[in-house]
Amino acid sequence: MTPLMRPAIYLLTILATILAVLSKSAMALEFAGWAELEGKTFQYEPLYEGQQQNSASAAIQPEIYQEWAGGNAFTFVPFYRYDSADDQRTHFDIREAMLLLPWENYELRLGLGKVFWGVTEASHLVDIINQTDLVESLDGEEKLGQPMVNLTLLAQQETLGVLDFFVLPYFRERTFPGRGGRLRFDPYIDIDNGVEYENSARQGHVDYALRYSNTIDKLDVGISYFYGTTREPAYLPKFDANGILSIIPFYEIISQTGLDLQYAGGAWLWKLETIYRSGNEDGSFYATDAGVEYTFSGTGLSGMDLGLILEYLYDSRDFDVDPAVLIASGYIGSQFNTFLDNDYMIGLRLAFNDEASSEILTGVIQDIDNHASIFQLEASRRIGDSLKAELDAYVFMDTSKDPLLDFLRKDSFVQLALKYYF
Amino acid sequence: MNKIILALVIASVVSVLIPVSVSAAEDPVVKGEAIAREWDRRDRGYGDTSANMKMILENRQGQTSERKMRIFFLEMPNENDGDKSMVVFDYPRDIKGTALLSYSHILKPDDQWLYLPALKRVKRISSNNKSGPFMGSEFAYEDISSQELKKYSYKWLRDEPCGKSDCFVLEQRPLYENSGYTRQVAWYDKEAYRLQRIDYYDRRNALLKTLGFSKYQKHLDKYWRAHDMYMVNKQTGKKTRLVYENLKFKSGLTDKDFTQSRLKRMR
Repeated sequence: MTPLMRPAIYLLTILATILAVLSKSAMALEFAGWAELEGKTFQYEPLYEGQQQNSASAAIQPEIYQEWAGGNAFTFVPFYRYDSADDQRTHFDIREAMLLLPWENYELRLGLGKVFWGVTEASHLVDIINQTDLVESLDGEEKLGQPMVNLTLLAQQETLGVLDFFVLPYFRERTFPGRGGRLRFDPYIDIDNGVEYENSARQGHVDYALRYSNTIDKLDVGISYFYGTTREPAYLPKFDANGILSIIPFYEIISQTGLDLQYAGGAWLWKLETIYRSGNEDGSFYATDAGVEYTFSGTGLSGMDLGLILEYLYDSRDFDVDPAVLIASGYIGSQFNTFLDNDYMIGLRLAFNDEASSEILTGVIQDIDNHASIFQLEASRRIGDSLKAELDAYVFMDTSKDPLLDFLRKDSFVQLALKYYF
Repeated sequence: MNKIILALVIASVVSVLIPVSVSAAEDPVVKGEAIAREWDRRDRGYGDTSANMKMILENRQGQTSERKMRIFFLEMPNENDGDKSMVVFDYPRDIKGTALLSYSHILKPDDQWLYLPALKRVKRISSNNKSGPFMGSEFAYEDISSQELKKYSYKWLRDEPCGKSDCFVLEQRPLYENSGYTRQVAWYDKEAYRLQRIDYYDRRNALLKTLGFSKYQKHLDKYWRAHDMYMVNKQTGKKTRLVYENLKFKSGLTDKDFTQSRLKRMR
């Protein structure tokens, strides 16, 4: 055991003790979860040796839930995926191992869990508590379980809003596709070749976060502050044992202030997320995602809902740098993770409101400067009572025009998953 | 002192009797409103209620599928406010843990938030979809959401027998925006002002659906609730049965149980 893991071990010990005490008055025990089979096929032959044109994968995520009198509850959600092509995507995680202790005016959460902040669809700027499980999906919505102590203060008068405090004692490193995986950067991000931190405590650095949120009539407001290890790494060039160039993640200490607003005006939803982040190497910058969603309701005979989404994304980091130049300089800034510097997203959401809960979400994100675009489609429907089919497609168009997206030029794909809920 | 009590007794007896007896001679709108007001008055003061709700969806071929959920309602003391509600879905399993929080309003659109457990995300949703199907059933959101007196204009049409009892038949026109109906025709029994049947007319004024209420039970010696509601779509032939179980009143729910924080830990 490294000394860096101590905070995590302390947390688990406290958790185990409380669980042991609570287990004497156990009430309902629930067991649920899902298992899925997934097939993926790419439009083009791969760029790199070892990659496949087709791949298959299987995953399982059971959930055990135990509740006690007074609403105290423990949730345990392990996750495992096997992937035929990508050894990094074959991975295990504990998504949740969370003890919830609610009182009248506050709630305490101890353990590993997931927290979501934000309102927009194209990006999730404000959402910072959890690390992205990038090998799971490109949209950044799949997250790794984050060790935390979270105290929620609920004002006596509920119109005064909610205050959340977080102590995050252990850092989770972002996952990246392995050598056999598609959708991987060039040069290869080789986490087996090392991961660097600004702070000598590395993963043991204790991070803090604070969030105030409230609803004032039609307006939802969230203001957040985070201090600690950045979830979005920068990269350092490094030669591996064979003298081949790869890059490794570098996590610096940042502070980030975030604001999210949402206003509901009839069929319109107005959304804004904006962040201001500062760190020693990356400097200071701000980024914004703002837009609207309009819903046509009960359209057609079947009563479908049709939503139109338009969002604009801006990021003040310097995106006009050739990655080759950055690699030569020895430091690749965190903007390497995104291309959303001056982009817009047009999306369409169709909810069929049918027995099968059929849904389609499709959209395109385009860079206003160089017109590189990513087209995305997500469709799902239930089959019978326990099965769900999910279709995902990504098409990368003119990505060669954007140096940060060039690595995706052969990676357009279609993916079909069949999920069984138990 | 006795006179005061007597006056109060008379006043309250009169207030109960008058709407029906006197208004018989009045015009249909005044009479309709009086009946609806009485229906509303008899349901006031329920405080909060919760129940397990089962929906059985039936298509034209007779194939059925089930939805299970738990519902919670909180009465707002001010009659110009709609009630607050929470729906937690239990079945099918892919939507287990999904929950919907609504602050209903009389005429303006409701405030609604949906909790998506897989993403741990609370999402405000556009709430002008009153006429959209609820969970793929024959019930629209506007049929499920809280029924408030001031959401409709009323007109008395006639009195007629309905099953074992006698009914007032009212025409109710939605006053709120985005309704899928031009009008509803509703049967209230004279005995206890219980809804027995509603006919829904679509935007082209054609008969769309018929809702039948049955298995009425009296709760807290005062509040009548139908434990079985059966909606038949006359245009598509599809049907949905709604069954309430384990109905509870006055469990001590408060505004705090109808917040986004609470939504996140419902399951």
